Amino acid sequence: MMLTMEGVHAHYGHIHALRGIDVEVQVGEIVTLIGANGAGKSTLMMSLFGNPRASAGRIVFDGEDITRVHTHEIARRGIALVPEGRRIFPRMTVMENLQMGAAHADPANYDADLARMFAMFPILEQRQSQRGGTLSGGEQQMLAIARALMSRPKLLLLDEPSLGLAPIYIRKVFQIVRELNRDHGMTILLVEQNANQALRVAHRGYVLQHGEITLAGTGAELLASPEVRAAYLEGGHG
Amino acid sequence: MSTVVFARHAMTAAERLRDAGWVAFVGFILGVPLIGLTTVDVGGRLAVNTRFGLLAATVAAVFAGRLLLRWGLDQARERKQARSAAGAPASADERAQGAQKVVTVLGWIALGAAVALPIFYSDNRYVVDTATTVLIYVMLGWGLNVVVGLAGLLDLGYVAFYAVGAYSYALLSTQYGWSFWEALPVSGALAAGFGILLGYPILRLRGDYLAIVTLGFGEIIRVILVNWTEFSGGPNGISSIPRPSFFGLDFARSAPEGEQTFAGFFGLDFSPMHRLIFLYYLILVLALLTHAFVSRLRKLPVGRAWEALREDEIACRAMGMNTTNIKLSAFAIGAMLGGFAGVFFAARQGFISPESFTFAESAIILAIVVLGGMGSQMGVVLAATLLVLIPEFGRNFAEYRMLLFGAAMVLIMIWKPGGLLSHREPTVRLNPLGRAGAAREAAR
Repeated sequence: MMLTMEGVHAHYGHIHALRGIDVEVQVGEIVTLIGANGAGKSTLMMSLFGNPRASAGRIVFDGEDITRVHTHEIARRGIALVPEGRRIFPRMTVMENLQMGAAHADPANYDADLARMFAMFPILEQRQSQRGGTLSGGEQQMLAIARALMSRPKLLLLDEPSLGLAPIYIRKVFQIVRELNRDHGMTILLVEQNANQALRVAHRGYVLQHGEITLAGTGAELLASPEVRAAYLEGGHG
Repeated sequence: MSTVVFARHAMTAAERLRDAGWVAFVGFILGVPLIGLTTVDVGGRLAVNTRFGLLAATVAAVFAGRLLLRWGLDQARERKQARSAAGAPASADERAQGAQKVVTVLGWIALGAAVALPIFYSDNRYVVDTATTVLIYVMLGWGLNVVVGLAGLLDLGYVAFYAVGAYSYALLSTQYGWSFWEALPVSGALAAGFGILLGYPILRLRGDYLAIVTLGFGEIIRVILVNWTEFSGGPNGISSIPRPSFFGLDFARSAPEGEQTFAGFFGLDFSPMHRLIFLYYLILVLALLTHAFVSRLRKLPVGRAWEALREDEIACRAMGMNTTNIKLSAFAIGAMLGGFAGVFFAARQGFISPESFTFAESAIILAIVVLGGMGSQMGVVLAATLLVLIPEFGRNFAEYRMLLFGAAMVLIMIWKPGGLLSHREPTVRLNPLGRAGAAREAAR
């Protein structure tokens, strides 16, 4: 088991954002988390990182309890986050952004990893000395993913990677997710509003509502489920 | 005026000469009253003297200058046209790299000028003193640049560390007889300690909130210095602080028994300028060391972590960076550099009091960093020079001095909202043009 969340609660001040979450991610899986705005998807991602820290429950990553571990320490243990809104370093060059991703990785892998990223995202090689902030939204998303991969994570968290992108880049993002998993065996936890596409690439999925998991199943099951279809695929956010 | 040619095409030689001739004529008309005629005091009466030689030289210089200017402009335009004809418009980044080269060259010129300055003004106390003040502010700006420009932590109380450095040296030297060189590292370490002391409680604060707390910290230090009379001398300050010596040689008119003075050792006639010039070179060396130190740090992981922190704290933590250590190191190093500047300040003035460490000082140092372009080392030099020299030149305007100062700051911010030099030099440049650029070069 790569990741287990057992009965996790989290608060933002007085707001009880997560109310007893149970989520499992197995090695080599793509797991997606869907839900409406404000359901607690991003909070769940961030609570994995101890920011906010879970107020109750247990989070076990790769056999170790990380519920009380510092954020930066969790990142060094092999979880990489592609944050919502990309959050690349805008005034630093593409190259520097990638180096920041590898800040705590083994330097011996650096050249090979960089070559791998340039092969996967040729646009980044072309723009390597350009400032991150001058890239287009889609290019920034590629950079954010590459930056996360530079740390050689065991688990990759993607928070709304298709948000605000042009259709061509949305396709590209999901294609990358599939390739990373299939060709490199990367375990991925994907948070998405784009439920249709997310459930198609995912092995399993969870539906999050008001801070609770209301449905769980394989991607195909959830796609076929009448509740999911009504709430997220056909009728908007009913 | 049609004779001064605003040509869209490159001008012929005849056109250039005519154009320069007209400009020289205008220069002559203006020059007759400004340069050609001058009044002199002859036995209590004013008489008019003529200086036609100087006028002729000026007009000739205007003529030559105009010719050169036109020629240079035409050259620049031709080069630009050639570039756009080649079909490769320079990208913003490539242009910025060009600008960076110019800045580097200017930096070396500025360094040369700084080294040569006391040679040309060896008997002008005012110039050397003002230049020393500029360099103190350059050093303070470089120190604060670590905190504000690189790590993005808005610090309004920087003067506190300057004060810690100054008082440390003043007390160590007057109470315990420490020399400048012994006290320098200790005072720097003390200031760094205060930086960490300030850093701890405000780790979770950012932006406006951080600014308010740092402002408060600066005031706390000043108020302590004013009120703790037994320790700091209160508002009377500390006087007769020993001056730094030149490897044990004092800059005094006469030496105590068994010792030598600087002038005596080198067989020079005593001059009070020796000490001023020594102090000037001392702060120049300290500032250059600061610059080398900060530039080096910027290229190391810690420097890059500072910049990443400025850009995005959450992303920083997600990359596995310990933001606590990053912030504390920025505060400590910024404070240490401020402390060094403080030690020098105390040694140069020979007298310090809380008067010198008010909020206005913090504001000026911050203005130097912001006006210079956050994070830009050369920008700090430019801004420090401007902010020290504008009030100096403004002395003739008496009470309008600060008005001039304020207006200049507003104008700079309107004209260059990102600061005088806002381009950020990347810390790595493997292949400056990128592979595509290299291919384009090869295809040419």
